Amino acid sequence: MRGPHDVGGTPDRPVDPLPHDLTFWEKQIDALHALIGDDKRRISTRDENRRYVESLGHDVYNTLTYYERWTAAMCRHLIEKGVLTQDEIDAKVGEVRRRLAESGELELRAGEAEKLP
Amino acid sequence: MSNVFAPGDRVRVREDFPPGHIRTPVYIRGKTGTVTRRFGTFENPELLAYRLEGPRKTLYEVRFRQAELWPDYAGAGDDTLDIDLYDHWLEKA
Repeated sequence: MRGPHDVGGTPDRPVDPLPHDLTFWEKQIDALHALIGDDKRRISTRDENRRYVESLGHDVYNTLTYYERWTAAMCRHLIEKGVLTQDEIDAKVGEVRRRLAESGELELRAGEAEKLP
Repeated sequence: MSNVFAPGDRVRVREDFPPGHIRTPVYIRGKTGTVTRRFGTFENPELLAYRLEGPRKTLYEVRFRQAELWPDYAGAGDDTLDIDLYDHWLEKA
């Protein structure tokens, strides 16, 4: 059984070796992970995070970028630990999508506006 | 214990495919190399990933010949790869 992360020796596209800056949201996800894993909270550890990222499955893993994987893994993790519910996450995502749509930064999908909170 | 090694020992990586969080990449399983360093003992990440407790594991650095890892390896014949492996993945070769 080979996890989606364990790709050593398998064919793939060329690696881009150039350094690149992290976006603000990527830094936020990194910081959030550090906070929920600190000694006070201990909600997520580095090894658990790796397991959750690997558990996303090949399709999801290969569709998402590095910190998108962390985000998806963190959602599942926080739901399983009882910190957040899927409904709470969906409501917040809907709220943000509506706000971005109103400011012109995001184009909503057809029929989405009526469903948003 | 049979899986205590010293630098210079020839070791073979177990060719197992257990489920769960495994830090031994598939490409190295079943391959034979030489122990180059003993790092000491650490908590087992395969258990830590599930918040389980268990005995500490000894971590080794093991050196492999690249040409033995990759059938179409085009580099120099004496190129090597060093990789860190926990004792429970190693057996005497």
